[in-house]
Amino acid sequence: MDWITTVDHKKIAILYLWAGGLFFGIGGLEAILIRIQLIKPMNTFLDAQTFNELITMHGTTMIFLGVMPVIFALMNAVIPLQIGARDVAFPFLNSLGFWTFLFGGLLLNLSWVMGGAPDAGWTAYTPLSGKGYSASHGVDFYTIGLQIAGLGTLIGGINFLATIITMRAPGMSFMRMPMFAWATFITSAIILFAFPAVTVGLVLLTFDRILDANFFDVDGGGNPVLWQHIFWIFGHPEVYILILPAFGIISEVIPTFSRKRLFGYSSMVFATILIAFLGFMVWAHHMFTTGLGPVANALFSVSTMLIAVPTGIKIFNWLFTMWGGQVRFTTPNLFAAGFIPTFTMGGVTGVMLASAPADFQFHDTYFVVAHFHYVIVGGLVLGLFAGLHYWWPKMFGRMLSETLGKWTFWTFIIGFHLTFFVQHFLGLMGMQRRVFTYLPNQQFDTLNLVSTVGAFLMGVGMIIFLINVFLTSRRPADAPEDPWEDGRTLEWTIPSPPPEYNFKQTPLVRGLDAFWKEKMAGHKAMTPAEPIGPIHMPSATILPFLMSVGIFIAGLGFMFSRDEFSSSIMSFLFNNYIVTALGLLITFGSMLMRSLFDDHGWHIEPEELEEGEQR
Amino acid sequence: MTTAHAEAADGILPHEPEKATLEGRNKVLAFWLFLGGEAVLFGTLFATFLALRNQTNEGPTAAELFHLPLVAAATLLLLVSSLTSVFAIQAMHRGNVAQLRNWLLVTVLLGLAFLILEIYEFSVYIRHEEFGMTTSAFSSAFYTLVGFHGAHVAFGILWIAVLIGQLLHKGLTVVTAPKIYVSAMYWHFIDVVWVFIFTVVYLLGKVG
Repeated sequence: MDWITTVDHKKIAILYLWAGGLFFGIGGLEAILIRIQLIKPMNTFLDAQTFNELITMHGTTMIFLGVMPVIFALMNAVIPLQIGARDVAFPFLNSLGFWTFLFGGLLLNLSWVMGGAPDAGWTAYTPLSGKGYSASHGVDFYTIGLQIAGLGTLIGGINFLATIITMRAPGMSFMRMPMFAWATFITSAIILFAFPAVTVGLVLLTFDRILDANFFDVDGGGNPVLWQHIFWIFGHPEVYILILPAFGIISEVIPTFSRKRLFGYSSMVFATILIAFLGFMVWAHHMFTTGLGPVANALFSVSTMLIAVPTGIKIFNWLFTMWGGQVRFTTPNLFAAGFIPTFTMGGVTGVMLASAPADFQFHDTYFVVAHFHYVIVGGLVLGLFAGLHYWWPKMFGRMLSETLGKWTFWTFIIGFHLTFFVQHFLGLMGMQRRVFTYLPNQQFDTLNLVSTVGAFLMGVGMIIFLINVFLTSRRPADAPEDPWEDGRTLEWTIPSPPPEYNFKQTPLVRGLDAFWKEKMAGHKAMTPAEPIGPIHMPSATILPFLMSVGIFIAGLGFMFSRDEFSSSIMSFLFNNYIVTALGLLITFGSMLMRSLFDDHGWHIEPEELEEGEQR
Repeated sequence: MTTAHAEAADGILPHEPEKATLEGRNKVLAFWLFLGGEAVLFGTLFATFLALRNQTNEGPTAAELFHLPLVAAATLLLLVSSLTSVFAIQAMHRGNVAQLRNWLLVTVLLGLAFLILEIYEFSVYIRHEEFGMTTSAFSSAFYTLVGFHGAHVAFGILWIAVLIGQLLHKGLTVVTAPKIYVSAMYWHFIDVVWVFIFTVVYLLGKVG
């Protein structure tokens, strides 16, 4: 109950982590099934329909329900601490964002047991995702589930933007802000401007499928390529929503374990902004083969290649940070160091794909699959591992085992390269993506076997990580405030895990890497910016949970509003939008409650703060 | 800020009560951000409409369909309602709760009148012109864009109505003031979107 009603950003972070981890596990199992099917030619382990459902759900789950919540978990756990705030700007909305994400994800995954998962690929290209090719409710689960989950992401994005703009500790100007906070800030801005586009896209597809509208239906005058434009004007920025937080994490971990300040801090900031800006300018590079014409292809080709410049700046800055530093290869730093070459390889194939003529050759082959897995797994997932091992003691008060962590790193990264490096060659030799099997003796056999073995090795790495988490959770929570001993930013100045008010006194920030600066000046703690006084806290509330339940019910009701049911009561309830209305009533009723009954929160008095200190 | 708090505690409202507390300032800022997202939302809907506005699939075209006098009347109602919401905020800044309540009430009524005209317009199209959601890509895009705006108006009416109730119940405080202020921002935003709809959908449909 405590967890359902909490509005504390640290607890919401843990909720995001568990929920994201659960979906990540589901997506990983789907990946393993895909790789088992492809282990040998003409395999009959899965049929074509199941395979389509698996690849669709693997992509969708991993992107929207797997990695994004883990990113949000780290942001929630760290950002208020890094900027010296007591919470996010809107604790209530923070909770609402989590619950809508979770219920959207649950709705999407219900499709497995309610008559077939979505089967049109994670991009849901029309007309494949139209009723003509996908008659089951699969794609409806996709559109409505993602709609609800996307709402949560948007809420989270706005919340972080407001938090970072208004709640930084005294003295922390924007140019003194840690890079992870910068990454979160820019990522949230991308979310704000990218997610409404997919909101519209999903609405249009829902209307096409449920209300028989004609947006993408050529028979009614619609245009299938329109879907691709709308999807990718969201979808390409989404790539940067995923990778910029990883950049932020790497920019925290490498300086800490190099005992040096980040090389080229201001160029890092501007590179991040530039990447975000260019990210919106390049969506059509996913569409070179749809026939946009040479002018459009050339423009999008050039703008795509431009992104390599700020990204290159970042790569070199990380290298220069390590150069001459006292580098310690702890588990987080291993992941960070492994990230750099791996992500660079993904970036290089990105430039190859950005060349429009070459893309005609690479398009829809395993070369593309290899490329985006190098970026998303080799970039983001390694970054997330670095971040999780780095901040785990801060989140839970317990150090993860270094030995097991190193085992996780080596099995995962070796498995990763085994899986995806060979896929470049499979693609260049002409193996198509999205097909459920292939003919023997086309030189695909051995490389696919290698790829599947690698996937299992990655699975082993994940299991070692889970064992590490399990064993750690049984140990006492005794991590010190600054467990890595070289912490540079504000989160390392308070106990692990932090008390619910975070900072007893808001710290005064006197420079970049605030804590490091104090350490170098010989101080053991931050100078407080305010006297000790009562701290205002928001009250816990169940309303966000109820609102999300309402949206969930409304979504299900709308999805089945055109169905025929065997029982007449069910038909009456669904076909007259009664279920939908009930769901919306719960949501709007909760909003009304929120509006009518003021919640003044509560205070922690100074005496209690002293007691907390002694305990 | 401390003085604002002290004044609020004494029951005297500061000049701009919506920005007196950190929470209020956060609310106004976050609402500006939210409106940025809404702009992308409507931008995408407009792009879709522009891409599909000539795809009439042998159904009615925009030129055959639209009656500009009706739409002009609706436009007038909505534009005036934006003005009355400005009066409401000015009354709030003067600390005049009765005027604030009255202007909000006028705003809601004007919005309601707009919505009734829109529902009437849609019903004419559906009943007499055989122009429904499924008729053509143009019709789908039309109903989705204009309907999304209409849904925003409906939500705004409900929202401001609840706020009027709150105002009567709790009076004007540093908690209710930011809510009223952002609802006025929302109302202006809806109005701006309608100006674009009037131009891109109706005027361009008639003459473009």
